[in-house]
Amino acid sequence: MDFSIISDNIGLYLNGLVITVELVVTALVLGLMIAVPLALMRTSRNPFIWGPVWLFIYVFRGTPLLVQLYVIYYGFGQFAAVRESFLWPYLKEAYVCALIAFALNTAAYTAEILRGAIEATFHGEVEAAKACGMSRSMMLRRIILPSAFRRALPAYSNEVIFMLHGSAIASVITILDITGVARLINSRFYSPYEAFIAAALFYMALTFLIVWGFKLWEKRWHAHLHPRQQ
Amino acid sequence: MGHDEHESGDMNIRAIVLATFVAVVVGVVPGRDAEPAERIEVRIGTEGAYPPFNYTDEGGELKGFDIDIANALCEAMQVECKFVTSAWNSIIPGLLRKKYDAIIASMSITEQRKLIVDFTDKYYQTGGHFVAKKGSAVEISREGLRGKVIGTQRSTTHQEYLLDNFQDVATVKIYDTQEHVNLDLFSGRLDAALADTLVLLEWVKRDAPDFELVGQPISDPKWYGDGIGIAVRKEDTDLRDRFNKALAQILADGTYQKINYKYFPFNIY
Repeated sequence: MDFSIISDNIGLYLNGLVITVELVVTALVLGLMIAVPLALMRTSRNPFIWGPVWLFIYVFRGTPLLVQLYVIYYGFGQFAAVRESFLWPYLKEAYVCALIAFALNTAAYTAEILRGAIEATFHGEVEAAKACGMSRSMMLRRIILPSAFRRALPAYSNEVIFMLHGSAIASVITILDITGVARLINSRFYSPYEAFIAAALFYMALTFLIVWGFKLWEKRWHAHLHPRQQ
Repeated sequence: MGHDEHESGDMNIRAIVLATFVAVVVGVVPGRDAEPAERIEVRIGTEGAYPPFNYTDEGGELKGFDIDIANALCEAMQVECKFVTSAWNSIIPGLLRKKYDAIIASMSITEQRKLIVDFTDKYYQTGGHFVAKKGSAVEISREGLRGKVIGTQRSTTHQEYLLDNFQDVATVKIYDTQEHVNLDLFSGRLDAALADTLVLLEWVKRDAPDFELVGQPISDPKWYGDGIGIAVRKEDTDLRDRFNKALAQILADGTYQKINYKYFPFNIY
């Protein structure tokens, strides 16, 4: 074992770390922004509203993230119409393709988590809100969504971790994220153990931060569920 | 040559399927015993998935430049050639485990491999070449490639050459397979790519008439090794010497040239 390969290339790994964090955080923020309206539409009783959302969720949960990435990166690039459109300067970039795939994928999973949480809203809360004379939008903002977010939090922390680990496939479209750097180092120095152990440590450190962050978040949002402090 | 130890898994599976198929076919062919006795058998390991050098045709028969050379060498050595296919990743371990006695599978003679196996003299020479869209006027130099995006396949001699020589002026993108490099050449994401000359010639001829090889062939031994050789186990020095003698013989009597021009329009020795 020769870990000097890693210390000599630590700069590459740190660049990879920045790219992984950037990619995952941006995808999660965009995904969440898409997921909230989707979850609300999904709970609608009108089939023209929930139908398309159901289809979107079904497609993105029904196919592997790797396949989605291939379709967006290699698949779209095949068509001259796409290559000549105003979108090509963006779709040309592997980073943008990965971001689109990751954001839509996490949006689908998060929408489903939120839908479950919204549908599990306690009837009494909704009735009380109605009795107070709240409009539907106020009821959403003040009662339904805040309580749904609280219930969704533990499941959402899983989704965040899955997204981080799922992002490891970005290297198949040439992105030098943490895994991309590890594969590069391995192919240059024929040292899979050192290269991938180093990558694993970076992922574990990030996961630790995510778990710790969600613990604080839950402590704050679930404070009302804990015994009163003296 | 170019396809040094790639990670691609499907290549593996394909090779395993081929190996099984070949084993079955060879196993049931009758009349093997009818051949003249007293000829020793030399088992040749090859990949069978690297056209035009070694591949299996629709009938399950091994063909290609490597196979023809192997047959010619065995003929010159007065021995019986028996082919065994192996996945590229495990082709050296297979030699060490004595599944076959020599590897004739377009393997580059590199310092790293020389630590584990012995090589004969080279039996052909290949290197890298840049490819770009016709009329794109890409100039192959550090200045000409400044700011350009260049693609290549992972774990190859070409990857090392690009990273060592162009990484600081151009963007080097690394792909899992040559097909992915080709896709991004088509889509225009890549301005140029570096790959094996002979493989590129085949690609341009068959699939990509809009592309052309640009610049000069690159064969600097620092990156491309000392050509393509036959690998044998370190202890089999006798076999190695016999291969070298046979090689000299087929080069001298014109057999090599006949095989060469059957596959390529120019001398690849």
